This record gives sequence, C-alpha cells and structure tokens, in this order.
Amino acid sequence: MSDNGNKQGMPKGPRRGGHGGPGMGPVEKPKDFKGSLKRLVRYLSGHKVSLSIVMVTTVLSTVFTIFAPKVLGWATTSLSETIFARAMGNVQAAIDFSYIGKVLLFLLGLYVLSALFQYIQQYVMAGVSQKVVYDMRKQIDEKLDRLPLKYYDGRTHGEILSRVTNDVETISSTLQQGLSQMISAIATLVGILIMMLSISPLLTLIALVILPLSAIVVSLVVSKSQKYFMGQQRHLGEANGHIEEMYTGHTVIKAYGLETKSIDEFQGINEKLYTTSWKSQFISGIMMPLMNFIGNLGFVGVCVIGCIRVVNGRMVLGDVQAFIQYVRNFTQPIVQTAQIANVIQSTIAAAERVFEVLDEQEEAPDSETTAVLENPQGNIRFEHVDFGYSDDDILIRDMNIEARKGQTIAIVGPTGAGKTTLVNLIMRFYEIQGGRILVDNVDIRTMTRNDLRTLFGMVLQDTWLFSGTVEENIAYGCEGATHDDVVKAAKAAFADHFIRTLPQGYNTVLNEEASNISQGQKQLLTIARAILADPPMLILDEATSNVDTRTEAHIQKAMDRLMEGRTSFVIAHRLSTIRDADLILVMNHGTVIEQGNHTELMKQGGFYADLYNSQFTTRDGEEIA
Amino acid sequence: MTKLFRYLKKYWLAIALAIAFVVIQCWGQLTLPDLMSDIVNGIPAASMSNDLSELYRTGGKMLAVSGVIAVVTILATLFAARTAAGFAKDLRQALFEKVENYSLHEFDTIGTASLITRTTNDVMQLQQLVVMGMRMMMMAPIMCIWGIIKAIESAPQLTWILAVIIAALLVVVWIVASKTIPVFQILQKKLDRLNLVMREKLTGIRVIRAFNKQSYEKKRFDESNQDLTDTAVRVNRTVAILMPAVMIGMNLATVAIMWFGSKGIDTMGLELGTLMAFVQYAMQVMFAIIACAMIFVMLPRALASAKRVNEVLDMETEIKDPDVKSDAEMKRGFVEFKNVSFQYPGAEEPTLRDISFRTEPGQVTAIIGGTGSGKSTILNLILRFYDVTQGQVSVNGVDVRQLSQECLRAQISYVPQKQILFSGTVSDNIRNGQLDATEEEIRHAAVVAQADGFISEMENGYASPIAQGGTNVSGGQRQRLAVARALVRKAPVYLFDDTFSALDFKTESKLRAALFEETKESAVIIVGQRVSSIMNADQILVLDDGCVVGLGTHKELMDTCEVYREIVESQLSQDEIA
Repeated sequence: MSDNGNKQGMPKGPRRGGHGGPGMGPVEKPKDFKGSLKRLVRYLSGHKVSLSIVMVTTVLSTVFTIFAPKVLGWATTSLSETIFARAMGNVQAAIDFSYIGKVLLFLLGLYVLSALFQYIQQYVMAGVSQKVVYDMRKQIDEKLDRLPLKYYDGRTHGEILSRVTNDVETISSTLQQGLSQMISAIATLVGILIMMLSISPLLTLIALVILPLSAIVVSLVVSKSQKYFMGQQRHLGEANGHIEEMYTGHTVIKAYGLETKSIDEFQGINEKLYTTSWKSQFISGIMMPLMNFIGNLGFVGVCVIGCIRVVNGRMVLGDVQAFIQYVRNFTQPIVQTAQIANVIQSTIAAAERVFEVLDEQEEAPDSETTAVLENPQGNIRFEHVDFGYSDDDILIRDMNIEARKGQTIAIVGPTGAGKTTLVNLIMRFYEIQGGRILVDNVDIRTMTRNDLRTLFGMVLQDTWLFSGTVEENIAYGCEGATHDDVVKAAKAAFADHFIRTLPQGYNTVLNEEASNISQGQKQLLTIARAILADPPMLILDEATSNVDTRTEAHIQKAMDRLMEGRTSFVIAHRLSTIRDADLILVMNHGTVIEQGNHTELMKQGGFYADLYNSQFTTRDGEEIA
Repeated sequence: MTKLFRYLKKYWLAIALAIAFVVIQCWGQLTLPDLMSDIVNGIPAASMSNDLSELYRTGGKMLAVSGVIAVVTILATLFAARTAAGFAKDLRQALFEKVENYSLHEFDTIGTASLITRTTNDVMQLQQLVVMGMRMMMMAPIMCIWGIIKAIESAPQLTWILAVIIAALLVVVWIVASKTIPVFQILQKKLDRLNLVMREKLTGIRVIRAFNKQSYEKKRFDESNQDLTDTAVRVNRTVAILMPAVMIGMNLATVAIMWFGSKGIDTMGLELGTLMAFVQYAMQVMFAIIACAMIFVMLPRALASAKRVNEVLDMETEIKDPDVKSDAEMKRGFVEFKNVSFQYPGAEEPTLRDISFRTEPGQVTAIIGGTGSGKSTILNLILRFYDVTQGQVSVNGVDVRQLSQECLRAQISYVPQKQILFSGTVSDNIRNGQLDATEEEIRHAAVVAQADGFISEMENGYASPIAQGGTNVSGGQRQRLAVARALVRKAPVYLFDDTFSALDFKTESKLRAALFEETKESAVIIVGQRVSSIMNADQILVLDDGCVVGLGTHKELMDTCEVYREIVESQLSQDEIA
C-alpha cells in the first residue's frame, strides 16, 4: 500500500474485518441509539422499493439455502432405503435413479436460485448504500458552507475530514453488508428452527441446548476482548504518537543527544503494547474454536441420537443428514448476530458524529432586503463595535475606526494580539455583538455576504492554493478571465518570470501541498490572484516568513503596486509601511488599544512608541542613530 | 520477507508447537467425518442386532475428538498471538532504534511521513501476516492435501469429481479475484481524491469565502463525490458476484458427488456413510482452497510492507563515529570552517562552496542570505548532521569527524528553525536540553528566554502540559521555549536558526539583550532573515548561492557588499539604514 492511503492520520489499529472478524474491535457506544437509528433509517426511506427487493431476496435466498439440506436428505433416504433393503437380503433392490435425479435437479435449482437472489440483493444494496452515503457527503459539504468560521476555529481539519470520510465509510459498509447479514441471520435462525422442528422435535431440543451455551460464550468472549482491544488501542495510540513525535523532532533528538532517552521510553510503551496486543488477539481468536466445539457437541448428539432413531425405525437417514447440516449451520448466525450488534453500535456512533455536523448552528442568513453598492468607493467605518469570539467574552468594546478611500491602515501589535480579528470582522467571517460596520455608508449586514466579499481582495500569510494549474489558481478570483488577463496579472505581481521557468509554465499543476513551488512564489501567486480580481479594498498580511530576501523584495513591490488607489488594511511588519500609513491601529490582547498616525502615536509615548523604539535598540540598549 | 524471518527465530519453539497443534487440528477435523461415516455405516448392522453400544462408542469418540480440536486450536491461537505480537514488538523496537540513529540524510531519503508509516502501519500489517501465517497459511495446505488424500482413500471411484471441482473452484476464484482487486485500487484512488478536495476546502475556507467560490467548490466536491459513488457502486456490484459464485461452486460439487456417488453405490460397492464422509472431505478441501485464495490476496500487501520495513533496516547511516575519538573539551567556544564545500547526496550543484570563517568565545556571528543560499546547511555541518564534501569543520579546535557524535553535540546548544517541542510538561521540555538540570536552572533559562512570563500565566506554571508538537502554545512561545531549552545546556557553542522570526520586535530585542549576557564565553552563530535582528553582530557572513560574498560588520558590509545592501534596502526605509 502506498503512503497515500494513510493521509487521514494515524491508523486506528486493526481495521474492521481484520483478524478476529468484524465487530471484534473496540466498540464505541452511541449517545442516543434510538434517535440516531431512526434518523439514519430516514435516509433509507427514499429507497423503499429497493429495500423491499433486498428484504424479499434475502429472505428467499436464505429460505432456499435452508431448504436445501432437507431436499438433499430425500436423496439420501432413498439411497439408504435401497441399501438397507440390500443389507436385509433383498438383492434385487434397485436404486431409484430417476427419483434421485429429479431430487438432485430440484436441489440444483434451489442452489442456483438462492445464489441468484443473493446476488440481486447485493447488487441492489450496492446502489442504495452508495446513494445514501453520497447524499450524506453532499449534505455535509453543503452544511460546511453554511457554518460560520467560528466552527472551524475550534476543530482540526483532520477531525472534520474524518467525519466526511471515515464515518461515512463506516455507514456505507454497514449498509452494504450489515443490513442483509442481519436479515439473513435472523431468517436463518428462524428458518433452521422451523426445519428442525418439522424433522424432529426431540433432536431440536438437543440442538437447542447449545443455544444458551453459545450465547454465554459469545458474550463472555466479546466483553473480555472489548477490554483488551481498548487497551491495545490505547497503547497503539501511545506508540504511534511517540513514533510520530520523535521522528518529526529528529533534529532536536540528535542535537541534544536524546536518542537513548527516547528509545527507553519507547521500549516501555512497546512492552505494554505487546501484552495487550497478544491478549486481545488471543481472546478474539478463541471465539471460533469454542463455538465450533459447542457446535460439535450438538452435532455429535444429533448424530448419535438421530442414528439410534433410525435404527429404531423412527426416522429416515436423510432426515438425520439434513439435521446434521442444520445443527452445523446453527451456531454461525449466533456469532454473526453478536458481531452485527457491535457493528451497528459503532455505525450509529459514526452516524451521530455526522449528524452532529449537520446540526451545528449555521451562519445568520443574508438579509432579505439587500443593499447593493453600484460604484464602491472603499470608505469603511466602524461605529461603536463590540465583539467577542463568544458572547460572554467580549474582547472589543465600542471600537470606532474610520478609513477613507485609498487610505492605508496599518495594523500592528505583538504576536497573538488578535490582528486577524479585524480582518474577520470586515469580511463578516464573524458577527459583531454590537454597533455596526459600514462600507460606503451601508451596513455590511444589509449586504449579501457574497457582495460584501467581492469588494475585498485578500493576501494572507497563509497562502492557499488548490491542486490545479497555476493559471486556474490565479484566475480563481475572477471567473471568465482570459489567458491574457492572467498573464497580465502575473506580470504585475512579478510572478510571470518564475512561472515561465516552471516545467509547464502556466499549465504547471500545483501538487497537493503546492510543494513544487516555494513559499515566496506561492505568495506571488496569491498577489496575482488579488490583482486579477481587482477589488476596491484590500486586506494584506505583510509577514513573509520563510521567504528569501530577493523574493521578498518582489513581494513587497507587488504589494505596493496592488495597494495603489485601494483602501488597504495591512497587517504590517515593515517599518516603512507603518510609518507611511494613514492610520495605525495598535492591537494588544485582542483589542485596539491605540490609533492614529505615526507622529501622533509617537507623541503619545504609549504602547506604540515603546514597541517602535524597542526594535532599534542594540544589545547594550542604546539607539542607533 | 525472508530477511524478516530472523526476527521469528527466537520464537522457534512456539512456532513448532503451533505447527504441531495445527496438524492435530487437521487430523481432528478430518477424523470427524470418518467417525460419522462409521455411525451411518453401522446402522444396518445395529438395527439387525439391536446393539447400540457401538453407536455410543463412536459418538463418544467424536466428542473426544471435538474436545481435542478445541483445545489444540486454542493453544495454536495462543502461540500464534504471542509469536506475532512478540515479532511485532521486536521489529518495531529494531526499527525505532535504527531510525533514531539515522542521520538527516536518511530521513531525507525516505521521508519522515513514510518512516512513521513504516514503523507503525507496516509493522501492524506484518503482525497480521504472522498470525494469519501461523493459523491459516499452515492449515490450508495441510488440510487441502490431507483432505484430498482421505477423500481418495475413502472413495477412489470419485476422485475425478474432486479434481473437476477443485479445478472449477480455482477458476471461479481466480476470475473474481482478478476482476475485483484492480477495481479496489481504483476505489482507493477516488477516495483519496475526495479527501484531497475536502482537505483543500477546509484549509482554504477563508479564501473560498473571500472570493465567493462556494458554488465552484461545491461543484468540485460533488464531481468527485459522484465519481466515487459511481465507482463504489461498480466495485460493490462486481464483488457481489463473489459469494454467490463460490456458493454455487460448492453446492454444485455436493450435488455432483451425490449423483455420481449413488452410481458408485449401485455398481461399485460404495457405502453410504463413506459417501457422506466424502462430501465432508470435499467441503474441507474447498474451504481450504478458498482460504489459500484469501492468503494470496493478502500476501502482496504484506510483502510490500516487508519490503518497506527492510529498506529501513538495511539502510546504513552515513555518519559514523570515529574509531579513535578525540576530546573536545580542551578549548571552549571556537568554531572554524576551513574551505568547506558541501553537496547534498544526489544534488547537481554544491550547496556550499569554499566557506571559511572562524568565531571565538563571546563573539556573535550572523549568517544572512536568500533561501537556498545554504545558511541552515552551515549549522547542519557544525552539528555533523551531514559530512562536508571538502574542507574541514572544527569545533573547539577539533575536526568534528574526530569526535563522537555524542561528545560533539554535547558542545552545542541548537535552536532549530522549526520549533519542535515534545509532549510533556513545560519543565520537561526545557530539561531536554540538559537532562540533569535543576528546577532553578530551568527557571533561569526560561527567564532569559523571556518565557517565564507566559509560563507563569499558564495554569500549572512549569508543570503545565505541552501538547504533542507544542500545538497548545503559540509560535512565539514555542520559539522562546526552544531557546530556553538551548540555554539550559550552557554549551560552548550556540546555534540559532532563524529563531526569532515569530517574535515581535519588542520581545525579540529583550530576548537578545538577555541572551548575550549568558553567552559571553561561548561562540554564537545566528542565522537570520531580519536585518534588524542581525545588524549588531560582531561579524556578518553574507551568503549568496552557497558562496560567501561578504564577511564583516554591518557598517563594513554596507560599504563593500552589494548583496547585503540590497537585502537591507528591501527591509528598512532609507532613513533607518543610516
């Protein structure tokens, strides 16, 4: 298997269907089994016809399978009668081949039909289950579009991703296999019971003795193995975590000579993993031999007593043969039911995680009567804005900012001061708790989000490109842009040159991590993207970490060009930007603590002056003139 | 795979026992039909003599055999589980120790992510293989052959049916397998694609919303969703043939045996019980064949894992300790490069060309230059993460190749560019710099690194937990903790690789001021991007494309070095350059 298969993160230990059979792994308990089950069933309601077909074919297929041993028994009986007759001295007794032939043909028909129905059931179910999970994925995807950014801030990508893929995949495989298995297991149990009763109530009684025995064994083994599987899972997680951590931190391990410490730690974890691992493996492995033994008990009992009854002339041999097969098949659905019960539990738990996403609170819908800016100028005003990431933790109180057309507003402050908060508010990624934000005197809440966001261009440090060609990435912000437009924008962003040096120029496909171009080149592409979109207002992040100095010079020139004539909010790192800004917003602890231009703020002698002075102190504390 | 067998050697007894148990198990499972056939064959005699004792005796034997089967199967499972888990443990440990001793070159060659998968996932795969191997893989062939022999023995007349059935079954299994395995691979690819689209959506959520591309993204997702669904339906429908086909095959076999068996009874003196036993043998043989088929499905995957694991184990690390180790403690705080050139293995161009410089105790050397100019490589050479291609790097006057790696690195406090913290407490993380550091020393290091402030604000202070990868502290805090870790080591040589990039100017300058108080007797080498961070250094090394284009103080370089001036001008406005 390639490394690709594991991108979702660490493997979760033995997969379902691995050694020990499905459902032997640790089972997650759903929170509200009934409610979630009902909700899951609702997804199936659109497929009533298909499901009825599945139901009927499963039952039919099972019935035929169950009926077959009985039919086979007819042939055996016929044979045995002849043989007994011969043994009794009737040498003339002939085997009734035409009867046996008919019986066997009939049997063949049963088998073929049973297989056919089984196939139909699987075939139909494949359509249903895939359609259901298709709908589910689509729903999640659409839901994610309507969720506020707040939702994403609190969760890792892996967490959300695993709901779209792993959880949905669990549901899909349960629908594909579990549903029909369950129907068939129940039908088999009932069917076999009926057949056995019809052959011999006495033998049935013997066979039934194994039922409670099996039930006890199954529940004992399952509950024991649960415990060890949990332990194995935990230690496996620990081991994987340690490996991941030590490997990614390899340089530090080497530099500080921590190899021995790390290996010793690993040994401890590995030892614990070994113990739980073999125990869980072993316990789950003894299920089959135990069940087989119990099955064999029934088998032997039936064999002996059945044959005695044949000797006594109370039964025919064919029936005994059939009965033996029934007994053999009796334990299987019991094990299956136990496993399916576990599978269903974890499926419901998976479904609950999916539903959780679907039930998240959505963004406030766009207002009904929407304002449209015909000729946007780029004046922005914050009036008495209150904001906090949650209602009970208000960060910003009564903030007033005024930015006029074409001005540059520099946002400065220490790391973690919340400089992106302002960006989030202007773009309406978050809702404010009080006051209002106006663009050209229009409250942004009266615009649609789409219209509002069209007004802004955004170039962030976190350059986002998707796997597609360079051209597609530049044209991302501007549908219907021609190739010439793209090239023009790239030229303006100083990106044209490096793009042409790429293997396929503008048609070079950026790979998943866009690792085939450098960080600085990525930034140039995002600038080109913003230039092409040509918005009246801009949001820029000047930070250019991991960019070489020459590319950085390009980036800055490109940014300067981009800012010409536009109202720009700049998360500023360059002194020149800060000093030349029309307005400086000084942020700390999530809120704007000072605002004004450079001269004003220096005169104030507050936080900004302190900040500004500190960056030009030498190690002896004196100013460089 | 065979190479990995050596890890099984120490379990030879367990394996031998497991094999013995599996053989007994096979014997038991093939004896049961015999006994059943005895019962059936004995019915006419019993009904004539009315003597049931023979029946009971045979029944008793069957029970005993069943019991034996259960016991040996459980024992075989026990040995298999212990062996497989032990094998996995040893292998994992071997891999981990091997990788821990890798130099950076080996990490580059295989890749960190792949190394992780190999130590975790691939080992799990192999563990499964060993379990399967000790149970099914041994059992299936034994069962298959033994079953065939018994079947032929009991009813030689029917041998040809068995041959036909086995052939037919093999064909069915082969056809279905060859159809399904490739589609499963396609399915995996489509799933990966869907994952990719979704991941991009999540990482780019702000950009997507900023550009109003929700509908475009929705279309993109829907396309791959639809594509995945179509493939999945196709795959599942293909796979749906598997079970019914195999069932028909096996059932057909039963019917055929019954029919030709009847003929055999009629003309060739076959007994009924024997016929019934023959059916059971045939069933066992067919199950064994299907088990074999499953092994063949599983084997390629496990073999791929084995290959990947072996690659790791076979790789020899390039950096080796010298046989005769020198002592580096004679002098402290000297680093010298003499005409050093370095080329990464497999690279077309050298990364560093003819680098020479030296630094003394208390002196601060800064290295500046564009990305790919080789700044970090210089630090990597001092740490001997790589060996020079030409020239010599010496620390405290000794060639780094003449020191043991342990001794060399004990001389160095290194703060890497990527701030790496480990899970544990704040204090644990700082202590990693010097394992026997006292609480005092740790606190002092944190104070100097400007980390004491935020650490004290954390809920449990120095005992506060750091999450894996340090994700629960900010980038700037991570950097400061990494600096504290370096400081607690009190080494003669300090290396800072672009260490202050996530700090704001104010914190940075405070940190620098406090830092240099501590490093007065040490050599300090700083790699930097910001001119403001490095302009006060005693000497500045300007790198361009792997070559030294300037060496001197800020003032000197402003006059003499054009590359340096260019860098400075791009970062500072005119009047600040002064």
